[in-house]
Amino acid sequence: MTISWDNPGTGGGREARVKGEANTNGDGAAPGPVTVDLRLSVNGRRHPITVDTRETLLDTLRERMDLTGTKKGCDHGQCGACTVLVGGRRVKSCLTLTVTVDDRDITTVEGLSADGVPHPLQAAFIENDALQCGYCTPGQLCSAVGMLAEVADGWPSAVTPGLDGEVDLSKLADEEIRERMSGNLCRCGAYPGIVAAIGQVAR
Amino acid sequence: MTTTGIRSVGGALDRVDALEKVTGRARYAYENSPRELVYAFPVQATVAKGEIVHVGVDAVLKQPGVIAAIWHGNAPRLAPSDDDELAVLQSRRVAYRGQYIAVVVAETPEDAREAAGMLRVEYAAEDHDVDMRPDHPRMYRPDHVNPNFQSDTQRGDPDAALTTAPVVVDHTYSTPAEHNNPMEPHATVALWDGDGLTLFDSTQGASALRSVIAPLFGMPPAQVRVIAPYIGGGFGSKIEVHPHVVLAALAAKQVGRPVKLAVTRQQMFAITGYRTPTVQRVRLGAETDGRLIAVTHDAFEQTSILVEFAEPTAIVTRMMYAAPHRRTTHRLVRLNVPTPTWMRAPGEAPGMFALESAMDELAIACGVDPVELRVRNEPAKDPDTGLPFSSRNLVACLREGARRFGWAGRDPEPGARRVGRTLLGTGVAASTYPTYRAPSSARVRAEPDGRFTVSIAAADIGTGARTVLTQIAADALDAPAGLVHVEVGDSALPWAVLAGGSMGTGSWGTAVVRACEALVAELGRRGGDVPPGGVEAAADTSQEVRGQAEFARHAFGAQFAEVGVDADTGETRVHRLLGVFAAGRIINPKTARSQFVGGMTMGLSMALMEESVMDREFGDYLNHDFAQYHVAAHADVRDIEAFWLEEEDPHLNPMGSKGIGEIGTVGTAAAVANAVHHATGVRIRDLPIRLDKLVR
Repeated sequence: MTISWDNPGTGGGREARVKGEANTNGDGAAPGPVTVDLRLSVNGRRHPITVDTRETLLDTLRERMDLTGTKKGCDHGQCGACTVLVGGRRVKSCLTLTVTVDDRDITTVEGLSADGVPHPLQAAFIENDALQCGYCTPGQLCSAVGMLAEVADGWPSAVTPGLDGEVDLSKLADEEIRERMSGNLCRCGAYPGIVAAIGQVAR
Repeated sequence: MTTTGIRSVGGALDRVDALEKVTGRARYAYENSPRELVYAFPVQATVAKGEIVHVGVDAVLKQPGVIAAIWHGNAPRLAPSDDDELAVLQSRRVAYRGQYIAVVVAETPEDAREAAGMLRVEYAAEDHDVDMRPDHPRMYRPDHVNPNFQSDTQRGDPDAALTTAPVVVDHTYSTPAEHNNPMEPHATVALWDGDGLTLFDSTQGASALRSVIAPLFGMPPAQVRVIAPYIGGGFGSKIEVHPHVVLAALAAKQVGRPVKLAVTRQQMFAITGYRTPTVQRVRLGAETDGRLIAVTHDAFEQTSILVEFAEPTAIVTRMMYAAPHRRTTHRLVRLNVPTPTWMRAPGEAPGMFALESAMDELAIACGVDPVELRVRNEPAKDPDTGLPFSSRNLVACLREGARRFGWAGRDPEPGARRVGRTLLGTGVAASTYPTYRAPSSARVRAEPDGRFTVSIAAADIGTGARTVLTQIAADALDAPAGLVHVEVGDSALPWAVLAGGSMGTGSWGTAVVRACEALVAELGRRGGDVPPGGVEAAADTSQEVRGQAEFARHAFGAQFAEVGVDADTGETRVHRLLGVFAAGRIINPKTARSQFVGGMTMGLSMALMEESVMDREFGDYLNHDFAQYHVAAHADVRDIEAFWLEEEDPHLNPMGSKGIGEIGTVGTAAAVANAVHHATGVRIRDLPIRLDKLVR
């Protein structure tokens, strides 16, 4: 990882980076942004990239890598539209600074399908009409993948606070799915279809 | 031409754009990145009324990556508009807190946002008034209510009838400001070139947006192109053109590069509209058997200094039930508040909360079952206009819903059912929504390989418009749906009415059918031969729609709710919601069910959660994010079912369909509130049904 500071004296563009000591340059102009060179592993591919340390993973994916399947709904971790998988666990990419995930495996909705074949959850979402406008859908899908892994690993929830060991996914109740998916808002109200689709795949 | 004999309409075709959406390939407005693009971040007013006296742009311009800081002192001049919200950066006046007063353009989103946060603005603040109350001295009667209804109506002598009616219910209900909150925040990418302006925008109407934006920049509409193939919900908030669109276009013009601008979730609470708060007095006078003698409905609402937006809250009461003496009124007050706008079932949703709550109170006062009460007040014709209904199956919906829900034998006694800590109750309310249709145009093209392309500047905001238009076209062409491709969401396509008023399918479908009929006729003349260049036909329904016979056209429904209320905490849960609707022919049962259930979910959310709280001190909506403005989440939506009746109505459109996008939200909140009363004996007349109102 290489940390750099932009030199505002040369225009502040991304290419005009010099390595420096601090956010001061003596000429009275405002300090430039701090940037970091890193290699992001997204959907199984490594991408060398220079990011602003203020950059969220969500903005890196959408604005820098053209992976626009991950959505920005609130930018505050309140709606779940930006959910991606980091190391197989669901995280809100709007609350994740990109510099913190340079050594992690990131999966976005674009990486759920393999060889052009939709992931079973994607197919079940279509079959159950588990979407309308589609904007929360990538987050719902990534969240569902992560959620099913959490259940399989025996993570507790408000519905089942005392889980012991692994849970039988074939017995996953709708109430459990609803509870565990409640971090993903859907304003169109596709919830019953989403729960049905997840249940269908789990069972 | 070959005939398939298979009807596509009525079949549960999968959403045709579902694969694009589940794979993340569907590209929404902000996801278009023209070369050389830059980022804009708006600055909002921090006073609710006053004048800007100084804008400290110099410091901001020194920030890294900053290209421009635009404010009223240096913004391009816009042509005058009759919508004062669109005179963006044209004046030093501030009309509401949160109004856009400047914009910073920079190379990266981070640079733009950071610099925008540093912009120092000095104001000469004035005392603001953001307090909507029915006795406000500046309440006035608007010339009309949206879109063009009379503000007040009267039949007979309701005041006299109410003094002599054996049973009178007289209560005041209120609904709070509610924000549409589509999951995709409003966003615009603006790009100027030699041909004019291109906007990638999240809009419910590409044709309408073009015709509003072009004159602001002194151009004919043909020099503006609006591209919006995917829209992440709207619920009315993407009907009107909001200031951010103008701001993006103006910024792109100023800096000479394409500009991306996304309204943040917080900014949406000030910039992109909301449902006005309402206070509604409903008076019902009835015989002892519940038959109405008089009904009055007086609505009080707010709008902004800039725009008169008059929510038609009481219009449902004009046509809902029979009564010889009736009156409806609307009063508005202009305050230093953000401009309200259309929100799913504007007027009907808050209005039917009041009317259907009052009907429940009347049922109790008369000792009549609430289903039966509504049946007894069924009008033979539209009580307001005297027109015949094209079809009206409210009674059938109530009966079918009661049967499916298990309503029979319900004990009307409130507060009488308790399981553990939970008080149980059931409630019912009627739903209705008008069936509108507006002129549109469409084009259809036959390709030599047997495929068809249908083109129309319609909008699929998640309704399933692409899918149902595919089915409608397939049947009109007598072709399998798999051979039909529908293009929407681009103002370069044949112009069409926006997605609003639940009139998309009826309006666009008529145009698509007529274009297909013209193509079939043309292909017939050619003996079915399609030349290598294809064959096209087009249609414009202006004449047909304007010439349609006069009927009262409305969809109807009945909603049943079962709730559980925690006797100690007041926490209310909707255990079951069941709706039965009569909405003409259902084009696609799969997408229709999603529309009804989605509407009911928003109604549930309205009943229990949604409330934008006005900060009187600072003059803006305080709870401006999803942590504080609650909408229904997965765990809130348990057992929710929608059914519909077969309804043949020959007076609507070639499909025989009524709009279904909004009716699901109408009456839901009343059904829930009525069930809460049945559970607890506490009547909540002020939404939302918060636990602090139940625990006393």
